[in-house]
Amino acid sequence: MDLKTPLYQSHIDAGAKLVDFYGWQLPIHYGSQIDEHNSVRESAGVFDVSHMTVIDVSGNDAQAWLRGMLTNDVAKLEPMQALYSCLCNEGGGVIDDLIAYKLDDAKFRLIVNAGTREKDIAWLTQHLKGDVKLATPTATAMLAVQGPDAVAKTAEALESMGVDADIQNLKRFFALNVVLEQGQWFIARTGYTGEDGVEIVLPSELAPRLFTALIEKGVKPCGLGARDTLRLEAGMCLYGQDLDESHSPVQSGIGWAVDVQDRERQFIGRDVLYEQKSTGTDVHQVALVLNQRGIMRAGQVVQRSGKDVGTVTSGTFSPTLQKSIALARVNKPVVDGCDVMIRDKPLAAEPVGLPFTKLV
Amino acid sequence: MDIPGDLRLAATHEWVRINDDGTVTVGITEHAQEQLGDLVFVETPELDAKCEPEQAVAVVESVKAASDLYAPIAGTIIDSNPDLADSPELINDSPYEKGWIFKIQPDDVSDVENLMDPDDYTNMVASGD
Repeated sequence: MDLKTPLYQSHIDAGAKLVDFYGWQLPIHYGSQIDEHNSVRESAGVFDVSHMTVIDVSGNDAQAWLRGMLTNDVAKLEPMQALYSCLCNEGGGVIDDLIAYKLDDAKFRLIVNAGTREKDIAWLTQHLKGDVKLATPTATAMLAVQGPDAVAKTAEALESMGVDADIQNLKRFFALNVVLEQGQWFIARTGYTGEDGVEIVLPSELAPRLFTALIEKGVKPCGLGARDTLRLEAGMCLYGQDLDESHSPVQSGIGWAVDVQDRERQFIGRDVLYEQKSTGTDVHQVALVLNQRGIMRAGQVVQRSGKDVGTVTSGTFSPTLQKSIALARVNKPVVDGCDVMIRDKPLAAEPVGLPFTKLV
Repeated sequence: MDIPGDLRLAATHEWVRINDDGTVTVGITEHAQEQLGDLVFVETPELDAKCEPEQAVAVVESVKAASDLYAPIAGTIIDSNPDLADSPELINDSPYEKGWIFKIQPDDVSDVENLMDPDDYTNMVASGD
């Protein structure tokens, strides 16, 4: 596969090093992923996330149906508000993690991962019930602008394009729609970096202009490399590494995305998850920091007192902390410390609280 | 970036420069640093250690991956770049000058002639490693 987003040429023009990402040609960086990471923490960066999957759910039974499919409860959302949720199987294993927006009681928008597109659509379609329809808009691009200056600079860029959207007053985890001659824009105050910012769904043909306008306002183009170090510093999971179908959200550090407050609500995986939330689980996620040279990476074994207790699920070098950080899944408490096997040597790792960024 | 004409290259992407005093300086090529991405740690070789060709003597670690460096010729390690501990990115920014990694006192400096010249190395890289 060799899929290109509407920004393919823009990436090349900006000096991107392109790599394959689940069949998509995307920038890993535009020169230095560490510089890009720092730009997001200090000012603003823009990411092409057009490869991600948008699924629109509509119908009079849309809310009831989603309450039966998602671990988090969309009934508690106000119009245009979003939440983070998992889509689980009957055993409580994670099929995907996603953001769900309630546009109104009969219309929802789900943003799911690129690599799980086919799987998610098949699962949702298979479980359709009642007056519910699914649609996957395709003539759209998606950009994420993230950083302390992201909203201000995006507002300037939108103004320069004649797009009138009051994003300065958009609350965190809320979205707005702008309908223009050229098409519809959907802008949400969400992100995957731990910084303030917006994620914008817009007509494909306008994406290159927005990308250029943002760069002109001083926003730095950022690739997948920086995206990964930023999200890991923020303590956010990556599906396929920190989340998979064999483990539940509770076993993966995101039990909070399972809402069991409404005891009457039945959703796929509910019984297993309710049990796990009530009694706890041995298998759990820990956040680790390496206070010496070396880099923790996915797949490395975690040991406690010389015995294997788990595996690193995501690891990298944190440009903000200037040391290696990781998320790991272990089956024993490691509060007093543990070792990570790096290139055949056990290196002592320190368990910490999330997000890593607060350790600075 | 062109490879300076006085360098000789190993197939494992180390470069070698013969110094006036008969020692050799070793680093990694522009191609290697570009493949690795931003470097974050460099483990320089132990001083006074003996080294043999194709023996792993140092490690460079980028955000992406760790990579062993191999001694290009036989000899003794006599120096390593002290700036790399705080500034590993010197290798990314200046792979042939400021980003030098270590120095060898060769057993036989003519061993350097067994390595590739810049054109042969460039052809090797172009043909896909």
